[in-house]
Amino acid sequence: MIGHLRTWPIVLALTIVSAPLVLMYVFLFVDTISNAPAGSFIPNEFTLEHWSFLWETRPGRPSIWRVTLNSFLFATSTAALVLVISSMAGYVLSRLNVPGRTYFLAGVMVLHAFPAITLIVAIFLVLQVVGLYNTLIGVILVKAAIDMPLGIWLMKGFYDTVPWEIEMAGIQDGASRFTVWRKLVLPQVKPGIFALGLFAFLLGWGEFILPQVLAPSGNAQVLSVYLAGLIADDNNFDMNMFKSVGLFYMMPVLILFFVFQNRLMNIYGGGSKG
Amino acid sequence: MRILLEHFSKSFGAVKVIEDMTLEIKDGEMLALLGPSGCGKSTTLFAICGIHRVTSGRILFGDRDVTNVPSQERNVGVVFQSYALYPHMTVADNIAFPLRIRKMPEAEVKRQVEEIAGLVHIEGLLGRRPAELSGGQQQRVALARALVRRPNVLLLDEPLANLDAKLRLEMRSEIRRIQLETGITAILVTHDQVEAMSMCDRIAIMNAGEIIQIATPQEMYRNPRTAFVAGFLGNPPIAFIEAEARDGSLAVKNADIRLPVPKNATVPPDGTPVIIGIRPESLGTEGDATIRGRVSFIETQGRENLYDITLENGSVLRSIQRVRDDIALDDVVEWKVRSDDIFLFAENGERL
Ligand SMILES: Nc1ncnc2c1ncn2[C@@H]1O[C@H](COP(=O)(O)OP(=O)(O)OP(=O)(O)O)[C@@H](O)[C@H]1O
Ligand SMILES: [Mg+2]
Repeated sequence: MIGHLRTWPIVLALTIVSAPLVLMYVFLFVDTISNAPAGSFIPNEFTLEHWSFLWETRPGRPSIWRVTLNSFLFATSTAALVLVISSMAGYVLSRLNVPGRTYFLAGVMVLHAFPAITLIVAIFLVLQVVGLYNTLIGVILVKAAIDMPLGIWLMKGFYDTVPWEIEMAGIQDGASRFTVWRKLVLPQVKPGIFALGLFAFLLGWGEFILPQVLAPSGNAQVLSVYLAGLIADDNNFDMNMFKSVGLFYMMPVLILFFVFQNRLMNIYGGGSKG
Repeated sequence: MRILLEHFSKSFGAVKVIEDMTLEIKDGEMLALLGPSGCGKSTTLFAICGIHRVTSGRILFGDRDVTNVPSQERNVGVVFQSYALYPHMTVADNIAFPLRIRKMPEAEVKRQVEEIAGLVHIEGLLGRRPAELSGGQQQRVALARALVRRPNVLLLDEPLANLDAKLRLEMRSEIRRIQLETGITAILVTHDQVEAMSMCDRIAIMNAGEIIQIATPQEMYRNPRTAFVAGFLGNPPIAFIEAEARDGSLAVKNADIRLPVPKNATVPPDGTPVIIGIRPESLGTEGDATIRGRVSFIETQGRENLYDITLENGSVLRSIQRVRDDIALDDVVEWKVRSDDIFLFAENGERL
């Protein structure tokens, strides 16, 4: 019983602190499926009209499904690009004796410290010149490039924990350097790959500035830009619909966290366990 | 297969680790590379398997010059000190890995894995992961993986260092049994003289990147070339005392002890400073020369006792004898030594 006596103040304190947050989310959800009389918080009718954006496309706006698909493509493609390149670059930087390795690592770090927003005008111009402005591919490439330094460092850290004897044993067993990486080393850094993939996906999913500037309209629009468009629209401003879209936008993130929360908690449990 | 290192040198940048080493390992023999930490044993091993490029010299497998052949094509089996098992694979997959790399048909892989698992006695563990094995079992898996592709030579880098005392004893004879059964040429790197003496056909003793002596364990023990070799072999170790040649015999420094020059040594000219080495088993109740000292320490080893006796000049000799009740601490004793069993070294450590 003593254990209970000790924990209840903590539970109480946490409840008080997190109550406003919980309330906010509850109201966000309630507002999307109800109407309240003017000037009151308390809803008086149930309605699905705020979710109507799911089945009817407003004039002058792209279809929500198109936009969702774009967001999904954007997030998965950047994540895939970041994963493929970081997992290889991290290995090379961790293990192979490439000339100028330390400078490269320092350079990568500086790049990461550089706020992407300061580059946006230059990137905008470059994309226009090469014809990738207002395309999904263009903004995917830019986002992947910006996320890459972090990914490379993260992966290098994971590779550093893999004992080199494993690789030497693989080489002695007759495997090529590439096979050793693919079959022996990569499986040891699975937690890193998983974490990086998930974070890159979430970063892509939540990204707003880059798509807003580089692919603002038409077929390349992503959810965050669509959502921003809703508040910017002064003519038929619909607060509750804005909340519904917001909730809809959050859903995949919540699902990802619920599905993977155990694995996420374990990521730093050890780099090389089998 | 016979392995030959010819004038092999290795440096890391400016650091010369091995200089001009020539070493032959005969077909089917097990050779120990014995030496203190940092003397270049692992470096030699890694040069043989191709992890390190040699700075100069040649490496021959049989008649084939493999100096510039990449590791993958040398077909060398290596057992690393940490075993380096692949943690994400089962024991069976670990052992099968080198065969699968060679694109061997799956049925044949299975057959060979089972055969080698039988040889090293791990038939029951094939489905487990390395993390679910004891140290000794991991060691056996590592051996199986190194042997399954029938390598030209088996290299063992301190394979027993991570095992506890009892397992070490067991794996010592196991590794030797497996080596003899397969008839493979093997090199064992160790800094433990007991391992080297008990497991190997010959010992190459190294110090500071140089091979000091190569001989069978018996020969090396009986006939060490230098004081370093004599000091490295034997447990409890040999004791050294300083002396001087005088009138055809040896006068221990600052003590009234005279020892005759052993028959196997040349008589040094008068006044030459020398070092006398006396093994613990040579000092005791029999012999033609007498050494006087005070018993300063008694260590019980069960069947035998180890006595330290301190001479009047302060040097300490060791004697191993059956347990005696007539000796107590601080007794002054006069013990015998057979003069032919002592070793005589020059001041620089060379045997005289
Ligand atoms: N990559 C390297 N770069 C520079 N010096 C090295 C390198 N590898 C080894 N050395 C040096 O070479 C010497 C011999 O090293 P080696 O690993 O062969 O010793 P060893 O006999 O195996 O010792 P131990 O019993 O401790 O394993 C050491 O002095 C070590 O510092
Ligand atoms: Mg070593």
